Amino acid sequence: MDDHQLSRRPITDQEAQYITRTEELAYELKVEEVMTRDVKCLAPDMKMHQALELFRTERISGAPVVVDGVLCGVVSLEDLIRCLTNNDLDAQVKDYMTANPITISHTDPVVEALKLFVTTRHGRLPVVDAQRRLLGILTKGDITLGLLQALQKDYQIEEVRRYRASHLFEDIVSDRTSLILRYNIKPRDFVHGGAASSNLKRALLRLGANPQIARRCGIAVYEAEMNLIIHTTNGGVIRAEIEPHQISIEATDDGPGIKDVELAMRPGYSTASDEVRELGFGAGMGLVNIQRCVDSMKLESTWGKGTRLRMKLFMKPENTVGEGHSSS
Amino acid sequence: MMNIHELIHLVNGVLLTPQSNLNREVKGAFAADLMSDVLAAIQPEAVLVTGLCNPQVIRTAQMAEVAAVILVRGKTPPAETINLANQEGIPFVSTPFGMFEVCGRLYNSGVKSLERPVDPDFCDCG
Repeated sequence: MDDHQLSRRPITDQEAQYITRTEELAYELKVEEVMTRDVKCLAPDMKMHQALELFRTERISGAPVVVDGVLCGVVSLEDLIRCLTNNDLDAQVKDYMTANPITISHTDPVVEALKLFVTTRHGRLPVVDAQRRLLGILTKGDITLGLLQALQKDYQIEEVRRYRASHLFEDIVSDRTSLILRYNIKPRDFVHGGAASSNLKRALLRLGANPQIARRCGIAVYEAEMNLIIHTTNGGVIRAEIEPHQISIEATDDGPGIKDVELAMRPGYSTASDEVRELGFGAGMGLVNIQRCVDSMKLESTWGKGTRLRMKLFMKPENTVGEGHSSS
Repeated sequence: MMNIHELIHLVNGVLLTPQSNLNREVKGAFAADLMSDVLAAIQPEAVLVTGLCNPQVIRTAQMAEVAAVILVRGKTPPAETINLANQEGIPFVSTPFGMFEVCGRLYNSGVKSLERPVDPDFCDCG
């Protein structure tokens, strides 16, 4: 992997910008969130053969040594081997333990523990509070598991939203259920331009719409939204009615209207200002794009009164919004 | 196929959205300054090469399911564009090279065009 190569040489400023979500989580997650709490402990006056027995029955390779809950040492596999070589299993734990071991605080971010694992080459770190009371133990495995769970949680939040929304059409019974979303579009609001279509597209995906339908709908509404921002006097309203078998969208405004609707529909025809063209729009392709994306489109306009653009997208039975809903 | 990480190296780019997933693959490329052209002709999961740096670039990228946006000629986009890219999870890269150079580098590395051919029904040039 590329990332592996990076860690072997000094990291440049440029590379330091490549922080992944996992790395970010290593800074966000605290040690106490990922550590193992139920720790098997030893006491200083226990015999080393008891330590051996604990390691064997619990299948562990190290244990902290505590007095009244306060950490005073650790016994590692190496300490045990030293004891075995001396044939000294009747000795006390305190004679073979590593006193004053390196610890980590429960409030430290996981990334600090990762650094300690690298610099000390230890397999586990006792987790303590400010009074050196033992709270848990941390292994690299705990960190991996904690990071995976945190990533899973990120993913699940969106999944849950999607799941809830996709059952909307099933859970609510009526002869004809529809969901209406309205977006008010302000004139010349280029900074927020596209926010309405973006939200509509996200809503469709959460409702379980086929991604291709959501994409087509998103593009069509985006062009309509930009038209309202670019051309209208007072802005306008986008109204989307979502039903299991179709999406009907209306973009309406109260002026100035289009002088020649047929001409406006011609590819490349545009009345947009240079300012709008600098934004990458006004190439006279908006209405053409909309027509390409929707199944039916109707543009009505009266000069001096306003414009109404109606669009429809029909879902094939296998693409209906909501899960397992058949089209009516 | 190429991922975002390799893409950044190829164009000597700087990543403007540090939270982006750099392992994401790009399936091809598309270059334009006209956002309507992008919406009309781009296919999903392309890298978009553009000289425009307003928020509409990111909105367009989101609508068109673009895998990454490369901003040419070393421009510094406004904060709202970068914020939007972060929010929508779209990798946003700035490169010192111009449009031609970036496209050439991508093409030489085997990145294919993801531009849909012009529909003769909508073409006035015939």
